[in-house]
Amino acid sequence: MAENIAEKLAQKQREISIAEFFEKNRQILGFDSSTRSLITSVKEAVDNALDACEESGVLPDILIEVHKVDKDTYRLIVEDNGPGIVKEQIPRVFGKLLYGSRFHALKQSRGQQGIGISAVVLYAQLTSGRPTAVYSKTGKNKEAHYYELVINTKTNEPEILMEKIVPWDRPHGTRIEVEMEGTYVRARKQSIYGYAKSTAIVNPHARLTLIEPTGDTQVFERVTEVLPVEPCEILPHPEGIELGTLIKMLRYTERGRLTSFLTNEFARIGHKTAKEICAKAGIDPDVNPGDLSRDQAKRLLEAFKTVKIIAPSTECLSPITEELIRKGLEKEYDVDFIATTTRDASVHTGNPFIVEAGIAYGGSLPKEEKTDILRFANRVPLLYQQGGCASTHAVEKINWRNYELLQPGGSGIPQGPVVILTHVASTNVPFTSESKEAIADIPEIVDEIELAVRDVARGLKNYLAKQKILAKRKEKEEIIEKVLPKLAEKVSEVMGGPQPDIQPIVAKIMGNVLVQKTAEQSDNTSIVTIRIKNFSESQKEFMLHQASAVEIEDPTPKPRVSSFDGQFDNIWKVSIKPNAEKKVRYTVKSEQSPGANPLVEGILAEMVTGADALPKKRASE
Amino acid sequence: MSVEEELLKAKKEKDSLTKQRLLQIINTIYEQFAKEQIPQLLIPTRTKSNIAFNEESEVWVYGERESARSCKTVRGAYSLLKSSYTIEFLNKQLEENRSSTLRELYYISEGWKLAKFREQPESDRMIEDLEIITELQRENFHVRPEENGATIFGPIRIKENVERRGKVSERVIHCIDDVGEGGYQIPYNVDNLDFVEHDAKFIIAIETGGMRDRLIENGFDTDHDAIIVHLKGQPARSTRRLLKRMNERLKLPVVVFTDGDPWSYRIFASVAYGSIKSAHMSEYMATPAAQFIGVRPSDIVNYDLPTDKLSDQDVRALQSELTDPRFATDFWKDEINLQLELKKKSEQQAFASRGLDYVTDVYLPERLTSLGII
Repeated sequence: MAENIAEKLAQKQREISIAEFFEKNRQILGFDSSTRSLITSVKEAVDNALDACEESGVLPDILIEVHKVDKDTYRLIVEDNGPGIVKEQIPRVFGKLLYGSRFHALKQSRGQQGIGISAVVLYAQLTSGRPTAVYSKTGKNKEAHYYELVINTKTNEPEILMEKIVPWDRPHGTRIEVEMEGTYVRARKQSIYGYAKSTAIVNPHARLTLIEPTGDTQVFERVTEVLPVEPCEILPHPEGIELGTLIKMLRYTERGRLTSFLTNEFARIGHKTAKEICAKAGIDPDVNPGDLSRDQAKRLLEAFKTVKIIAPSTECLSPITEELIRKGLEKEYDVDFIATTTRDASVHTGNPFIVEAGIAYGGSLPKEEKTDILRFANRVPLLYQQGGCASTHAVEKINWRNYELLQPGGSGIPQGPVVILTHVASTNVPFTSESKEAIADIPEIVDEIELAVRDVARGLKNYLAKQKILAKRKEKEEIIEKVLPKLAEKVSEVMGGPQPDIQPIVAKIMGNVLVQKTAEQSDNTSIVTIRIKNFSESQKEFMLHQASAVEIEDPTPKPRVSSFDGQFDNIWKVSIKPNAEKKVRYTVKSEQSPGANPLVEGILAEMVTGADALPKKRASE
Repeated sequence: MSVEEELLKAKKEKDSLTKQRLLQIINTIYEQFAKEQIPQLLIPTRTKSNIAFNEESEVWVYGERESARSCKTVRGAYSLLKSSYTIEFLNKQLEENRSSTLRELYYISEGWKLAKFREQPESDRMIEDLEIITELQRENFHVRPEENGATIFGPIRIKENVERRGKVSERVIHCIDDVGEGGYQIPYNVDNLDFVEHDAKFIIAIETGGMRDRLIENGFDTDHDAIIVHLKGQPARSTRRLLKRMNERLKLPVVVFTDGDPWSYRIFASVAYGSIKSAHMSEYMATPAAQFIGVRPSDIVNYDLPTDKLSDQDVRALQSELTDPRFATDFWKDEINLQLELKKKSEQQAFASRGLDYVTDVYLPERLTSLGII
């Protein structure tokens, strides 16, 4: 009986082609709605274009065109000035899933698996029934090749419908034209426009031109002519490698001895470390790697964890840099304040990564809405699944009220005129799914993002605190400059008395040091008193200068006197505690009035009422 | 000394006291400057939470809490500046023996630049502040409200002392025989009135003009020997002061008859207990012996009156009254809670549903009897 069923089942069992699989599971790749399919297609094509340009050292100049064909069909064109693709490879790059140059390399790049662009081709042929057109040219004197192709979903092989040489005015580059079912939206972050804007922020070296179905052209101009540092390839680090991968590496290595395998195929393993690992695992260091059993491979993996191995090199990463994130935010947003940070590299499961963050505040950003979080991974904007992303979780963990922002309910995404940007660059960004929209909650990554965001949030807090002080100061200035003098004038007018000196009250309101000079005159002698009172909350130390035309007499305390050009500069060193008061007294015999106002030195002008401050130490001293 | 000279002398003395107290405020600020203190004035906090019952006078007055108008803040600084301009103006007005209305004061400040009032309620509040600080009334400052219009009608003879262009003259008026149907218009300075004689047994204060006219048309004043006072909504100070004076001097009981809604209860409260906004005047203006006739929420049930639904604002006002110390009696708690339950309100004139004479023939006599007045 059982055998019968098994045989029956066997008749139905057959290989499923990868293309067939994805045909039935398009949501995994980000083609789950007609709006999103269009965005995903642009994203895949532009990611490839940017990677290609950067690898060949060309400043990217990318054109995105979206045309409406009929009610729900759009024609999408993405053209770049990259190195182009050699003729033989064109059909496979576009017409075969899982074909690519980056899957096997440990290196920071936008695309990784080689699924993206061929999935676009597949989606286009499934929804519009039309083939994809590709133009490519590899150099000025080379010919431009034109292909029309589809994917054979049974065999996962490209089928070429047309192939010809065409004239093309570009010196080099690639152009892809696809027709597909879609819905074009604009007024939100999750749109082709939103994607282009976000991409422009983190790729300030690229020029993006978007021609929308309405015919409107939007140019996202580059703000730097400097290409990002080309990330380099690295060997896998022993930490975080999986057993299956290790077994595969052992089987296919060309090395004849285990020590040589370890030192040559892994990062950070020297000869000494290799021997230590072999000893720990209890395996002969000279054994042929291909001869290791599964059990031995497992022991080797255990040994990786117990032996101390230096963290992977982080030189292979290419962060955007603080300066360029600032420039990117500056050009796409009209704001009052920007803070950016690039953290030191860290490691998650054997992969180096760097987190960067930016925060923009004020300007024309909406004041009462939830903060926008712009999430990026390897310079690619993440538009969907915000709620499931490590970046969002890190932002939500922070108590934003500590940073002067509103946070309804005391947790979650803050409110206010703020944009938060996060960027994770890694040789291997752990996504939650193949559509690469959310970063997985690896503790090391969440922590680093949180630290980066806190760092820029601190910058914002300081800025807001300063603004507050400035506003307070402005308010006080209105009081002391406008209202108080008028009040003193009016009350003395009504009382019929002399107008009071408002300086002490000004000093008190401002929390300043008061310098008040008074003189009693009789005959041709003036008894001068300079009163100093500290209304601030801290001890103040400064020099008090009093110029005089003649030598002053009976000064208490005694000043240091320097003379020049027949003038005298009397200098007192003042050190005064909060709320304390000091007096300087002297007599001048002169026909003239008691002379110029005193000056202070070594204290900010804003901190003093009643005396001007000397700008800098004078040369004569 | 003739009566006239005596009156003038008394007036001059009062004016000079007023000037002295006003200038004392300016002097306080002036001295604060001299003592290097940041100028400030302390004024009792004028909110519901800062009124207290005065056992002696049986009215609600301001409590102990004070707020400072200080030059430490922009608002406080401007407030002091405006005070000094206002006092200067009032001082001059007193010296020249002139007077002005609250509205005129607001317009006069047009020329004060920085010290200009932004709206009339601001200058009105300033006058109230000065009343509180000087413990005087705005009449002492020679400032009067622009209109009054409230009237009395009933068996009482009043003597007015009128001063015009420095001359004082007397006029005696009987409030039925010498006036038209509109009644005797209450002047702004009620303290210049003397009561000559009367034949009244009680005073009835009425919120709406319609009900006042109904009582007069039906001859309620002669039938019951009543003085009818028209409150005209929230009563002016002079109306409240007159009620208090008649109650105290003539020992006549006062009853208040209003609509049956939260705003009308506040009218009664300001007559009987004093208002929150002018609690500094309570001892001068409130009539603690005043009794509430209605319309009570229980009347809505007992007399089956036509009603309107309570609006959201009405409900909020009733709830606020439940936390108002002036309404913290069993009577008001029961009535307000009943009304919140009924979700209904009634007007005075709703009694007309039972005929035009019902209110004077049945309702009022019933209520006055149960209050022990007739």
